[in-house]
Amino acid sequence: METTAEGFEAAFDAAVAADERIEPRDWMPEAYRASLVRQIAQHAHSEIIGMQPEANWISRAPSLRRKAILMAKVQDEAGHGLYLYSAAETLGTGREELLDKLHTGRQKYSSIFNYPTLTWADVGAIGWLVDGAAITNQVPLCRCSYGPYARAMVRICKEESFHQRQGYELLLALSNGTPAQHEMAQDAVNRWWWPSLMMFGPPDDESAHSAQSMAWKIKRHSNDELRQRFVDICVPQAEALGLALPDPDLRWNEERGRHDFGAIDWAEFREVLKGNGPCNEQRITQRRRAHEEGAWVRDAAAAYATKRRAGSVPAEDGVRMMEATA
Amino acid sequence: MSSSTDWPLWEVFVRSRRGLSHTHAGSLHAPDAEMALRNARDLYTRRNEGVSIWVVPSSAITASSPDEKDPFFASAADKPYRHPTFYEIPEGVKHL
Repeated sequence: METTAEGFEAAFDAAVAADERIEPRDWMPEAYRASLVRQIAQHAHSEIIGMQPEANWISRAPSLRRKAILMAKVQDEAGHGLYLYSAAETLGTGREELLDKLHTGRQKYSSIFNYPTLTWADVGAIGWLVDGAAITNQVPLCRCSYGPYARAMVRICKEESFHQRQGYELLLALSNGTPAQHEMAQDAVNRWWWPSLMMFGPPDDESAHSAQSMAWKIKRHSNDELRQRFVDICVPQAEALGLALPDPDLRWNEERGRHDFGAIDWAEFREVLKGNGPCNEQRITQRRRAHEEGAWVRDAAAAYATKRRAGSVPAEDGVRMMEATA
Repeated sequence: MSSSTDWPLWEVFVRSRRGLSHTHAGSLHAPDAEMALRNARDLYTRRNEGVSIWVVPSSAITASSPDEKDPFFASAADKPYRHPTFYEIPEGVKHL
């Protein structure tokens, strides 16, 4: 095999063209690596920032059942963040560096999490719409050309489907409840619908990274295609919920075989992205504080590990009891 | 010291049920093996995905380099006679 730079690049191109996966120790173009780090980091940050709007409702969940479900979901988001930070780490970018960039605003998270969760119905709308949009985005990422990212996405997608269904069930319960509950559900859908459509990113002709990402098979479908797919999926689901989607221009287009929908307010999207959304400041402040206030836990664990390496504390049985062979 | 950058990286292997081998599930950081096991349980087996977990310090793994893929695995490539499909058997002969 040729070991020149051209040889490596040809091997990389051939692997991508053949739909093979690129693995951590393979040679890859620096721009491919940088693009993946940017996308995976933003994705990981979104997962852990995404814990906040819903965690806001854990202590006020209306029943023990709903509370247990919500805690499991928020715990999943933490797990998803960790899968993704691990994937980024295989590209040579450490967790500490990524968290630092998040805390100092040098890396972004999905702008959807800068909207507030005003009522209990928002927990349902987030599960149905926000997680639904995330799934639409993420299912094609299971076939992403970078192996560790694709594998993290397989795991995440499996778990996300519970997130979406619990949200849908929650909204259905409210929609079929008292008039006030129904109204609360409708209000949540009204507020989350448009931001959910924005989750797919800017229109194709304005998307900075799309074309190259698709050539590298990091992305498999364009922003607009995925957005359209999501709208088509949601319309019948909203009907079954007995809730309206807040778009007077939303209608079936017989000719296209898809739904037409109204114009998205991209000015709002850009404002939120710039940091002027309702909760940007709160989310990042809370994240920084959680990290700083957790320092003593990290210190204690490290001190304990050091002490044990020195032999002054015995290991627990569970660790010594590992099986000898596979 | 004491920031998580000092914590070693661990590779996590999960046996999904009895009778199957442990399979690589992912990796995580932890200060020691015991914490790595606990974290692995919380991270990779939240839905009964496992009955047994191994954690191995990533630094303890020796890997063949994909860059040397050709020479390293080439010797198997020209030996099709190691596969049953290499052999022609008359039609109608059974249990072969």
